[in-house]
Amino acid sequence: MAVTTPSSDSSSMSVRRRPRGPVRWLRSRLIPLVGLLVLLYMFAPIFVVVLFSFNQPSGRFNYQWVHFSTNAWTNLCQVGGMCEALRLSLLIGVVATLCSVLLGTLVAFAIGRHRFRGRSGANLMVFMPMATPEVVMGSSLLALFVGMNVARGTGTVLVAHIMFCLSFVVVTVKARIASLDPRLEQAAMDLYANERTTFWKVTFPLVLPGIVGASLLAFSLSFDDFIVTNFNSGSTVTFPMFVWGAAQRGTPPQVNVVGSLMFVLSLAVVIATQVVRRRRSRV
Amino acid sequence: MSGGAVLATSVEQQEPRRGPDLPRAVGTSRATPYLLLSPGMLWLAVFFVVPTLMLLVTSLYTGSLDQGYTFEFPGHWATYSNALTEYWPQFLRSFLFAGLATVFCLVLAYPLAYFIALRSGAWKSTLLVLVIAPFFTSFLIRTLAWKTILADDGAVVRTLNSLHITDLLTWLHLTEADRILNTPLAVVLGLTYNFLPFMVLPIYASLDRMDGRLVEAAQDLYASSWAALRKVTWPLSLPGVVAGTLLTFIPAAGDYINAELLGTAKVSMIGNVIQDQFFVVTDYPTASALSFVLMLAIISMVFFYVRRAGTEELV
Repeated sequence: MAVTTPSSDSSSMSVRRRPRGPVRWLRSRLIPLVGLLVLLYMFAPIFVVVLFSFNQPSGRFNYQWVHFSTNAWTNLCQVGGMCEALRLSLLIGVVATLCSVLLGTLVAFAIGRHRFRGRSGANLMVFMPMATPEVVMGSSLLALFVGMNVARGTGTVLVAHIMFCLSFVVVTVKARIASLDPRLEQAAMDLYANERTTFWKVTFPLVLPGIVGASLLAFSLSFDDFIVTNFNSGSTVTFPMFVWGAAQRGTPPQVNVVGSLMFVLSLAVVIATQVVRRRRSRV
Repeated sequence: MSGGAVLATSVEQQEPRRGPDLPRAVGTSRATPYLLLSPGMLWLAVFFVVPTLMLLVTSLYTGSLDQGYTFEFPGHWATYSNALTEYWPQFLRSFLFAGLATVFCLVLAYPLAYFIALRSGAWKSTLLVLVIAPFFTSFLIRTLAWKTILADDGAVVRTLNSLHITDLLTWLHLTEADRILNTPLAVVLGLTYNFLPFMVLPIYASLDRMDGRLVEAAQDLYASSWAALRKVTWPLSLPGVVAGTLLTFIPAAGDYINAELLGTAKVSMIGNVIQDQFFVVTDYPTASALSFVLMLAIISMVFFYVRRAGTEELV
């Protein structure tokens, strides 16, 4: 996300004008308080996920605290099928990301840089999958695969993931293209760079952060998808499918370990990108 | 959907927009945009448009899984009336739950977004990371964690019981018998929780783009704080509110994970029915008909709502 400096107007306003009246009080005290409570609400399940990864459940279900143990962390792959499912989800995520980013970036350049007949139609086509509930997309694909007698498995899951990631990639990259300053390219051309050089030396590096963001997004969409996958996976078990199965049969604390690891890793990635961006903007 | 999705929505909303009137890049031919478009569009056509048509065709089949399905012109439309007569309560419940969750999200998200956009100062980017951070964990694992939090002998339920809040909730038909898990309230809470960032980030983006001097100007013209909020801030944040309500309502209406994990069969939503009809009952025509109706209902709601709200600035 863009690191924006707070507008000087709003901060100077709060300094200059003394709070007065009940609404002023509400805004200065109540809003931060409500904001904090909402954040607490958002973090409550994360706290539970991490805490219960150190639990030694007495039965098959990990819903009640029994006693502290690091067993789940040290024996992560002991649970039958979980690590295989995790590996498959990572693989599907990477392939779906590569394909959807490639296809989506091309579409984004077409829509973002060109005026042509059918442009609004293309925009609508990109928007539709995002406005369709996952259960509809999943069942439509299932209807297609059943109708065409295609066996469901890893391949059909991949096809589905590329489809729903594509729109999000287009939207993200397109926004980045729209924010480019056209004068930079004009300057390059004025300095006798040809189109190809201008594209690879100026345009593409400027669009790249958008492509990186789109890749992270596509990966997380694919990695975490349950509903569409559930309709089209046949007997293939991705990690969300494994968790779903576990929720019916009994959840091992190892599931919580993976949840905690995902949280920590993604947070690290986000913080790293923030730090890089801040350094760059300082140079 | 996970944190990344939300992250992108916010990134996208923050970018300044430029008019679409670009001169065609020098040296590119008229065919270039179509060449760039075709692979992606082909993929969407084959795996989004064709499946949707296939869903319609499947919903009009006659026969059964064992005897084989056949399509006879003009199709077996009775499936639609039968499916709707039988499952209208689940449709109604889905839209009711999704609507409630959207309202709850709006009530929770607005103050948070307002605070981050206008009052957080140097903490802004940290707070934004905090908003999406919980959503880095798997959707299913987070939802399962609510089972622990709302457990019958858990601290939350015991506190609410001793304060007699569960009695009030039971009176409102939101909960039953002093428990929260497996009641409509649990499902709505789960939906609210899972789609909250989709509401926070678009509202944040519109508030962040707002020119703070407009509020000052209103106050210089003797508007009370309340009037300034109602007449200046709120209207300017409407594009974010519209985008947020759509991003919350659409996935919530089709969701069946929350109803399955936090509710019971008595509070099942239309997504549960569709999934059961496909995999348990294996009545493909009925399942397809329900799915198709859900899609039509949501598309028509979205178009009506966007037209009413009068904003072009969608996703």
